[in-house]
Amino acid sequence: MAAPAKRVPLPAILLANDLLDGDVVFAFIDGADPLAWTRDPALALVAADDAAADRLEAFAATELRGNKVVDAYLVDVAIESGSPVPRHFRERFKTLGPSNRPDLGKQAGEGIASAPKG
Amino acid sequence: MPLLDRNGNAEDRWTRSEGAGIGNIPAALVPWEVLVEALDTQEPAQVIGVLIPNNVPFAELAPFLPRLALVAIAFPAYADGRGFSLARLIKRAGFAGEIRASGPLIADQFAYALSCGFDTIELPEANAARQPVSRWLHARDSFSATYQRGYGESGRNVLDQRRAARAAAPIAAE
Amino acid sequence: MYRYDEFDERFVRERVAQFTDQVTRRLDGSLTEDEFKPLRLKNGVYLQLHAYMLRIAVPYGTLNSRQLRQLALIGERYDRGYGHFTTRQNLQFNWPKLRDVPEILGLLADVEMHCIQTSGNCIRNVTADHFAGVAQDEIEDPRPTAELIRQWSSAHPEFSYLPRKFKIAVTGAEADRAVIKAHDIGLRLRRHPDTHETCYEISVGGGLGRTPMIGKVVRDYLPKKDLLAYLEAIMRVYNLEGRRDNKYKARVKILVHEIGAEEFTRRVEAEFAQLDGPSINADPEEVARIAAYFAPPRYEVLPAVSNTLEAAKAANPAFARWVEVNTVPHKAPGYTALTISLKPAGQAPGDATSEQMRRVADLAERYSFDELRVTHAQNLVLPHVRQRDLYAIWQALGEAGLATANVGLVTDIISCPGLDYCALATARSIPIAQAIQSRFADEARQREIGPLGIKISGCINACGHHHVGHIGILGLEKRGIESYQITLGGDATENAAIGEILGPGLAAEEVPDAIERIIGVYLAARSEGESFIDNVRRIGLAPFKAAFQETARAAA
Repeated sequence: MAAPAKRVPLPAILLANDLLDGDVVFAFIDGADPLAWTRDPALALVAADDAAADRLEAFAATELRGNKVVDAYLVDVAIESGSPVPRHFRERFKTLGPSNRPDLGKQAGEGIASAPKG
Repeated sequence: MPLLDRNGNAEDRWTRSEGAGIGNIPAALVPWEVLVEALDTQEPAQVIGVLIPNNVPFAELAPFLPRLALVAIAFPAYADGRGFSLARLIKRAGFAGEIRASGPLIADQFAYALSCGFDTIELPEANAARQPVSRWLHARDSFSATYQRGYGESGRNVLDQRRAARAAAPIAAE
Repeated sequence: MYRYDEFDERFVRERVAQFTDQVTRRLDGSLTEDEFKPLRLKNGVYLQLHAYMLRIAVPYGTLNSRQLRQLALIGERYDRGYGHFTTRQNLQFNWPKLRDVPEILGLLADVEMHCIQTSGNCIRNVTADHFAGVAQDEIEDPRPTAELIRQWSSAHPEFSYLPRKFKIAVTGAEADRAVIKAHDIGLRLRRHPDTHETCYEISVGGGLGRTPMIGKVVRDYLPKKDLLAYLEAIMRVYNLEGRRDNKYKARVKILVHEIGAEEFTRRVEAEFAQLDGPSINADPEEVARIAAYFAPPRYEVLPAVSNTLEAAKAANPAFARWVEVNTVPHKAPGYTALTISLKPAGQAPGDATSEQMRRVADLAERYSFDELRVTHAQNLVLPHVRQRDLYAIWQALGEAGLATANVGLVTDIISCPGLDYCALATARSIPIAQAIQSRFADEARQREIGPLGIKISGCINACGHHHVGHIGILGLEKRGIESYQITLGGDATENAAIGEILGPGLAAEEVPDAIERIIGVYLAARSEGESFIDNVRRIGLAPFKAAFQETARAAA
């Protein structure tokens, strides 16, 4: 088999879609380990080195196998005002919602309760 | 590899042979590439089956059908539906032997496979482990009838059932 | 319209049970995501950017008020209170949860609806002329044919794992309002020149996307009775010989292109010759049973022209303009077919709120023999409206924001959802549509320009049909930003044509200017009464390309 695909540049976050609900979730750490999922992109855990990215990918594999999420992948980010913002516009849209409907999606606070639970 | 027929687990009387050297194996399943050779060495009481890739043109297979007791059609992936058409053509040609689907099919395809003429399904171990026979049988009966005529058991299609219902009941004035 | 009998009802219920079971098996791991994905696609469940998407089948675009009200209810209860009508006459909801889908399917089954085969590598929704049964130029209503094919293609044992998706469209007039030439199979009902019986002209290998192609006629005159057997022959050739090595080369149009239309036809005819028609085809009783559902409603006997309507038009110029733009002549004297535009300024093209759906349902029930249609242009049609009722309808529509008088005009834009929703998209399409609508907001100007079809796709898959737009816009990506390619000269009618690219991609903010310049060329060069597309055909692309380069230079 060929060498694995090149990883996205770091720093990066891990996102996926919740299997049952379909909305976008981000890997994060609620206080101490272990990794969990949050709906709030601002809380996404940023992997700054390969070891951290490895951990995120291992978490993704476990969660995919455990039928919790689908379509999990790393997304490279820039840090703006302390929060991770995806570099590519497509992935940025995933953290926001439809641009013609500012009243819908994460940009309107959907799924982002005060307590960051997955 | 686990084998299913329409009623559940089935005994496999066939032995796979890597090459044409089938000796006196009673029921020898050979790869397509060595079929001619294997047929040449066929013993009197021996039956021969062939495992064909699903892109073999039917016209190439047809001349061999009278000499075969089994045609196994490989499914490289369950989403690759060529085998369903091949089975149909084989059945239409009057083949009286066993038609087998060999590959990672899923239970949801069971009814389709049977309707197209497959007698048995041969599954990789891992797939069979994830989908026990009970699931296959349950999936087989998902639909009481098909819309298409000429597939599967006669009488189990909607058009014929409609016709029967019309004949049984007086036609109400619209 | 068609009503389910006990067999159709049973089928849909069994399908709901089957999908519910498949969801359960997905959740307990007996089906992997890889195995589940084709199954959920065959039940219309997509995964998009922000959520799942559920695509509901609207067979040949026909609905009644009860069904539309149920869609409105589903939108409210399980979604965000709106839905999107598509270029294949279906309806999409953008925010359902997978856990709710079995329940939603149950509610749909309650009103004889489903999501079966609205996605996946199988035969999709069969679409038809949205003026079926009422257009003056119609030879025969295409919908009985569409319904016959719908049933035949449902859960087909042999053709459910095709190389790729398969789309069929039917038209019953000389004019093609169903874009049949851009479908995998396009059927046209016509009269045989000798026997004068209606028969089918069959085209195969049309399709848009990465490699747009116009369908090739494989059979000029197929007797109606042979329809299903002939379709079986086509599907078998495709299923066996369509490419499986490359997703982008797997449609039947590629097979037709690679072996040639003549050879493809030869293989189909050879297979067809081997089939035993009577054991495959629907018998005349079944054909008649289905056709009976599409008999014309009990039209009143009315004068061809309604004095009430004429008086209302004279008294209200805005109403008169709406009538002129949004209605078409009808078979039955005194009636008209009304298109309700879902392209008002500020709303995404083709979207309708649950409230708007209920309003249209009420109007359909009261004024259109309880029937409405969805068009491939993402609008709705009330097909059987008395001319004298138009004023009351217009007022009711106005209250719901549904009285925009722009059908067929520059602001009646066809647009896929694009990168605002779709995981396949490379760029957004809705903001482009809205920017163009905004630039051409002046209604007098729209009428001055006349019929002009702009179609926008947010990626190469061309769900917005940009290839066959008079002006087509394709959203791509260039150096990390959205970039829009403009095409010109496409045509979705019986004069089917693929548009040509005018030049390099533009940034989003440059698109309205480019459209203005293109239209400017037309207005300056057109002869009396000449439509945009006719002008493009007459003067060719050169003047438009020159104006387009101007835009690019001005923007640089």
